[in-house]
Amino acid sequence: MSFIDLSKNEVQCKIVFYGPGRGGKTTNLLYLHQAMTDSVRGKMVTIDTKGDRTLFFDFLPLALGQIQGLSIKIQLYTVPGQVMYNATRKLVLKGVDGIVFVADSLKVQKEKNIESLENLRQNLAEDNVDIKEIPLVLQYNKRDLGGSNIPILSVEEMQEDLNKELQVPWFSGSALKGDGVFETLREISKGTVKYVSRKLLSR
Amino acid sequence: MDLVLSKESIDNIISALDEDVLRAGADCVLLVDRSGNLIVNRGDPANLDVVALAALSAANFGATAEIAKLIGEDDFALLFHKGKNENIHFTKVGKGFILITLFGKDVSLGLIRLNTARVTDTLIPILGGEL
Repeated sequence: MSFIDLSKNEVQCKIVFYGPGRGGKTTNLLYLHQAMTDSVRGKMVTIDTKGDRTLFFDFLPLALGQIQGLSIKIQLYTVPGQVMYNATRKLVLKGVDGIVFVADSLKVQKEKNIESLENLRQNLAEDNVDIKEIPLVLQYNKRDLGGSNIPILSVEEMQEDLNKELQVPWFSGSALKGDGVFETLREISKGTVKYVSRKLLSR
Repeated sequence: MDLVLSKESIDNIISALDEDVLRAGADCVLLVDRSGNLIVNRGDPANLDVVALAALSAANFGATAEIAKLIGEDDFALLFHKGKNENIHFTKVGKGFILITLFGKDVSLGLIRLNTARVTDTLIPILGGEL
């Protein structure tokens, strides 16, 4: 749910990074946090748990400047990717305005990507949100492994698996190196602000 | 579901929070929605990261609502965390909002509970009824 404060001329939107476990959602946020200046970013919150999996969520607030006199504040969240944490994913998805789906390019993760996208569709549907309506951007992460001896999926194959029906904007990325991270954020922010303003105008 | 609040509504919320909660001795009071957006904060939040507090409180409320479901409740109407010097009290406002009150060890919990209950009744109509 976006929130518009007319006394401060401020819009707050919520963007969630979704995707299978160990796919690089937290790494995306960490890269953004490191690469941005203090004037843009707020404090990144990671709920400290043992191990490197996200058990609840990570959170990073950003101030993205002004559009037509309204200042835009965006809050980025990640969800835990592992299948068993679905209740937590639903919680974090509550009131979402835009979604980045971080897909894992590793060949062994092919099914996990498809499963996770289907899980997103279901969780949104339970909240009466249509996956085709809400702004969604796909990021094919870990493309930097292309030259290594680890088998990865081709972009065409990932498009076929995940984006054939949805036809949403997508980016190749390497969250670790920062490739595609800002492009993804720019696209989803643009889509989300448009979506929120369209909803407001129709009120 | 989106929420748009006019300057007038925000002013009404602020005066209700100042009058009922801050005057009872609370250090700081925040109104947030259950998706983690900070709507209003009042009092003296020196060195307090209110944006993170809003997000974590919404998550905390969501997590305890799952505990509530395990014991056959829909959710809990209030939560209270006690620290050495500072305490935090969360009250549900309607279905979509949470009132977070920070207060020191010299302030009575009962007074905070009484006043937050009263301010909740004032806030619900401003926030558009039983949201």
